[in-house]
Amino acid sequence: MTFIEDTREFWRRDRVWPALNRQHNAVDVSKNIILYVEGLSVSFDGFKALNDLNLYVKDGELRCLIGANGAGKTTLMDVITGKTACDKGSVYFGQTINLLEHSEPEIAQLGIGRKFQKPTVFEAQTVFQNLELSLKASKGIWYNLSATLNSEEDDQITEILHTIGLSQQRQLLAGALSHGQKQWLEIGMLLASQPRLLLVDEPVAGMTAQETERTAELLTSLAGERTVIVVEHDMEFVRSIARTVTVLHQGSVLAEGSMDEVQNNPDVIEVYLGEEA
Amino acid sequence: MNAFSRILANVQLRRQSTSLVVGVLFVVTLYASVCNLLLSPDSMFYVSTYTITLMGKYLCYALLALSVDVVWGYCGVLSLGHGAFFALGGYGMGMYLMRQIGDRGVYGNPELPDFMVFLNWDTLPWYWFGMDQFWFAMLMAMLVPGLLAFTFGWLAFRSRVTGVYLSIMTQALTFALMLAFFRNEMGFGGNNGLTDFKDLLGFDLQSDNTRVTLFVLTATFLALAFLVSRFIMDSRFGRVILAIRDSEARARFVGYRTESYKVWLFVYSAVLAAIAGAMYVPQVGIINPGEFSPINSIEMVVWVAVGGRGTLYGAIVGALLVNYAKTRFTAIMPDGWLFALGALFVWVTIFLPQGLVGYFEKLLAKFKNSNGGGGAASPAGAKEASS
Repeated sequence: MTFIEDTREFWRRDRVWPALNRQHNAVDVSKNIILYVEGLSVSFDGFKALNDLNLYVKDGELRCLIGANGAGKTTLMDVITGKTACDKGSVYFGQTINLLEHSEPEIAQLGIGRKFQKPTVFEAQTVFQNLELSLKASKGIWYNLSATLNSEEDDQITEILHTIGLSQQRQLLAGALSHGQKQWLEIGMLLASQPRLLLVDEPVAGMTAQETERTAELLTSLAGERTVIVVEHDMEFVRSIARTVTVLHQGSVLAEGSMDEVQNNPDVIEVYLGEEA
Repeated sequence: MNAFSRILANVQLRRQSTSLVVGVLFVVTLYASVCNLLLSPDSMFYVSTYTITLMGKYLCYALLALSVDVVWGYCGVLSLGHGAFFALGGYGMGMYLMRQIGDRGVYGNPELPDFMVFLNWDTLPWYWFGMDQFWFAMLMAMLVPGLLAFTFGWLAFRSRVTGVYLSIMTQALTFALMLAFFRNEMGFGGNNGLTDFKDLLGFDLQSDNTRVTLFVLTATFLALAFLVSRFIMDSRFGRVILAIRDSEARARFVGYRTESYKVWLFVYSAVLAAIAGAMYVPQVGIINPGEFSPINSIEMVVWVAVGGRGTLYGAIVGALLVNYAKTRFTAIMPDGWLFALGALFVWVTIFLPQGLVGYFEKLLAKFKNSNGGGGAASPAGAKEASS
């Protein structure tokens, strides 16, 4: 009997086959929140990198994550982008997309871009080609065997080059760029893929004051149409761009609010800012 | 003028090199064939059939080197097991040639190859069926190495095995196959391999005409493989491959499924190696498990390193030069060759990291620059100076 019931259940009329249910890549932000992280825990050999972490990021927000070394900032980004598996918890992109079910390339195609701590660009190719590879287009093998650049995409790249201030270096090999320029190129590559959510890991590490200022301008101009999460150690920089700051400590959220609120929070003063302020 | 803008200048050089390689290959093949077939052996310009076969063999090696360069030079996957695909392709051709012998073998059995009669076997093993059909044998000669590459690549790349671990695994793959093929029970002739071939598609393998045809066909396949590889590497697919070589994590976060790119490139490369093997066997007249030996696969890597990796034509140049040197050297001092090969590899790694081709490209770029700063290099250089 159970066999018949199983069969009946299996062929249920209203059943939606996952394989037939076409993935709609559009992110549902009807509740105005683009990223839900709930009860997230990750441990490496018993060390809890993330411990029951909860984080909600609004659509179009510019959010800064701060915290001491080992607070779990980079691990959080790894989990969101699919690089690290988590032990417990859930991560949703918009209302519908469960990020834990997707691989890194899929997450990238869904519209989450990530900049690494150390600038990584394709060094043996020109600045232009770096951006071309990052365009929001099919990433399939057959498509790319015959893909050519159309004029629209060409204009798009030119515009991005202008935004990141590398118009002059268009045909230069990416490996010949300075450290700061590589950082910008990497941000440009993120822009080319037209992501909804940008995760930026220490964008101003190793930059001069002038370069830092330009990066701050760039990131603030991006927020609004895109959501940006920035991890940074440089408190001056955070103060110059942040609207909302989240402080991580030992794998969970310690405080959240505007820069002033966070700075006056007694817990934060005790564990993190106390030494600096 | 730093290294990077020099590489950019070389892009244009490589475009010109494509037509140069195909042109030279065409002229040499035509010249050698005509001189062999039309001139009398007394003529000064006569090219002996021995030379023709030797050149055909070199061209097979060049195709093999090309296949190694495709994965190593462009994708950074150092395969030390390409001999396996080469030998499997060769065995595919060898099995067909064995069936073509028919009752002309020593034992005169029309169905079974000699070594099976010798082992007292009554019937052909199942995997020998269909191998008397040329099209089927050729299909298998490419399909089996291709499938092996696909399975191996899928398992290895999906588990994100890279670098030296991958090299060791490919080495183990070819070594395991060598041990398997040495066994008589495998049904591939054991350590004697397959030999004593008579004819191919009805053409006598010993005749000058067949030899020249095989040589011309090998040259054609090499030219085709070169052009197809050039097309692939110039496409956006090729640039994704370069991106994977330089920063696989970045490519993944840009949205490319790097493992499927690597698997398909690996399969393409394996099929090229298999074609080289299938062309090699009728010209050399034998295929045995020695072709699977790890040292062979390492030698291929040396050809590519000597010629210059990541250029395609560098692999061809390297394979031809090293094998010519091998022919010469082993005639003078047979035992010294492996030492010479090792020394060559060390010398190239230290003094010519870009290989011979890279060295000459650098010279050429320098020459062009000193001639009034002309050439393709200057725009990049100027931009760099202004930034």
